[in-house]
Amino acid sequence: MIEFQNVTKKYGNNVAIENLDLKIEKGEFVFLVGPSGAGKSTCIKLLLKEIEADEGIIFVGEREVTSLPARLVPAHRRNIGIVFQDFRLLPKKTVYENVAFAMEIIHASRKDIKRQVPQVLSLVGISSKAEQYPHQLSAGEQQRVAIARAIVNNPSVLIADEPTGNLDPDTAWEIMELIKTINEKGTTIVMVTHAKDIVDRMGKRVIAIEKGRVVRDAEGAYREDESI
Amino acid sequence: MRAFSYTIRQAFAQIGRNKNMSTASVFAITAMMLILGLFFTLMVNVNLMAENAENQFETIQVYLEDEVSAEKALEMVDEIETMEYVADARYITKEEALAIMKTRWGENSYLLDGLVDNPFPATIEITSTDLQYEGEIVKAVEKMRGVEEVKFHQETIDKILTITRYIETGALVLIIILVIVSIIVVSNTIKLTVHAREKEIQIMKYVGATNWFVRGPFLVEGIIIGFIASIIAAAIVGFGYYQVVKLFAEKVLIIFSSGMVPFEFIIQNIVIIFVALGVCIGSLGSILSMRRFLRA
Ligand SMILES: Nc1ncnc2c1ncn2[C@@H]1O[C@H](COP(=O)(O)OP(=O)(O)OP(=O)(O)O)[C@@H](O)[C@H]1O
Ligand SMILES: [Mg+2]
Repeated sequence: MIEFQNVTKKYGNNVAIENLDLKIEKGEFVFLVGPSGAGKSTCIKLLLKEIEADEGIIFVGEREVTSLPARLVPAHRRNIGIVFQDFRLLPKKTVYENVAFAMEIIHASRKDIKRQVPQVLSLVGISSKAEQYPHQLSAGEQQRVAIARAIVNNPSVLIADEPTGNLDPDTAWEIMELIKTINEKGTTIVMVTHAKDIVDRMGKRVIAIEKGRVVRDAEGAYREDESI
Repeated sequence: MRAFSYTIRQAFAQIGRNKNMSTASVFAITAMMLILGLFFTLMVNVNLMAENAENQFETIQVYLEDEVSAEKALEMVDEIETMEYVADARYITKEEALAIMKTRWGENSYLLDGLVDNPFPATIEITSTDLQYEGEIVKAVEKMRGVEEVKFHQETIDKILTITRYIETGALVLIIILVIVSIIVVSNTIKLTVHAREKEIQIMKYVGATNWFVRGPFLVEGIIIGFIASIIAAAIVGFGYYQVVKLFAEKVLIIFSSGMVPFEFIIQNIVIIFVALGVCIGSLGSILSMRRFLRA
């Protein structure tokens, strides 16, 4: 599903990612962990082709992202849902409109939008707030809306860059349950996080990156000494 | 079609949200077009004059003072015909001069009908054997009594062509500068809306919107600004020219012995030129303002 082959990315002299190899299968749930500046967000930007790799090849699905012409980038991104720590909702649009917006952009028909948006809102458990504006919602609710927007077009991968970073532990856990549900419906999940307890509790595959290299790739826990 | 209606709705919303700057850019472009319109009308009129002059001054025109009698004039004709290089000389009375003007200005001849005094002088029209020696003939004729003014081919046409060239070059330089300024003004206006929607654009790109989808509303915003400006400018120039023709066409005809370019011709061309230019300025300005935002 997702594959990095010997990928290097430098910012000037600063090497963000170095000869990175990584393979994630379809339907997997993967945590990407590591200290600040390790290169986690860089990996995600490379996946989205927001930045170009200096060396190596990246695949997402059948597509070789690294050689993808600019005109195919939008189609590529429609196949990837993305969620950020800071939600990034549009403040002047209601919950419903924020989600419908993602469908308008890909020219979905009004009929499809009317059918799909309520379904997704109900999946993320926010149907009752459909007509509210983001500032009227709690942080956890806002993140639910962001997740709804990310999955409304049925992407095959959902990428989450510290989705629980701004949430209290209980709310964070609720969001994790939601992401787990989405994974169970077949969506591949790549989640960047610093939340050790969440990683430990989920018991999923953990890829640890340090200084732009994979230092550990194992099932289970955040740190090696704690894995069973 | 859906994308299209989204684009149009969004464009109008953006202009609404950014009213002051949009209005300012409309006026900037309108002002630029007014100057362009001024030069354009001036140009086509000067060109027409040059053309007419060429027809008129194929021959040497000797304008006679009003006191010169017909007999005296015919004597002068005889004298001129004996000169070297003269092929033919012909006396034209004041009345004939007026009639000639009337036929020459066909569609504009009604402008002559209201004249109280016939402003055209009696004329002796000389055809030379060789254009090269026209200067000599002119020198000789100018010394004769009763001659008010001698007009001939080269001098006049050269003068008109020189003026035309100056105006053309000046207009071109000025217009290029003004077009560039207009594009910058539009691009700055749209940059404001782009900034206001930066977050939205970023999200659009993450969700997989194409560049043209993102650009669409801004492009239409620019085009609308350019279009409105061009319509205002065309209306002002059209109205202005109409008034000028009404007030001055008669005087122009007498002074330059050339009619003015008809209003219909001006308005048709002005509308086409302005709208095309307005749309180009608007779209270029908006594409320019978005370049940075669409790179990643
Ligand atoms: N636009 C940029 N220009 C220059 N250097 C950058 C840029 N983006 C990231 N870097 C550098 O690349 C390295 C990796 O950054 P990255 O954002 O991938 O880290 P991260 O693992 O996501 O960290 P965090 O956990 O703090 O989000 C860092 O050293 C960072 O300073
Ligand atoms: Mg990061």
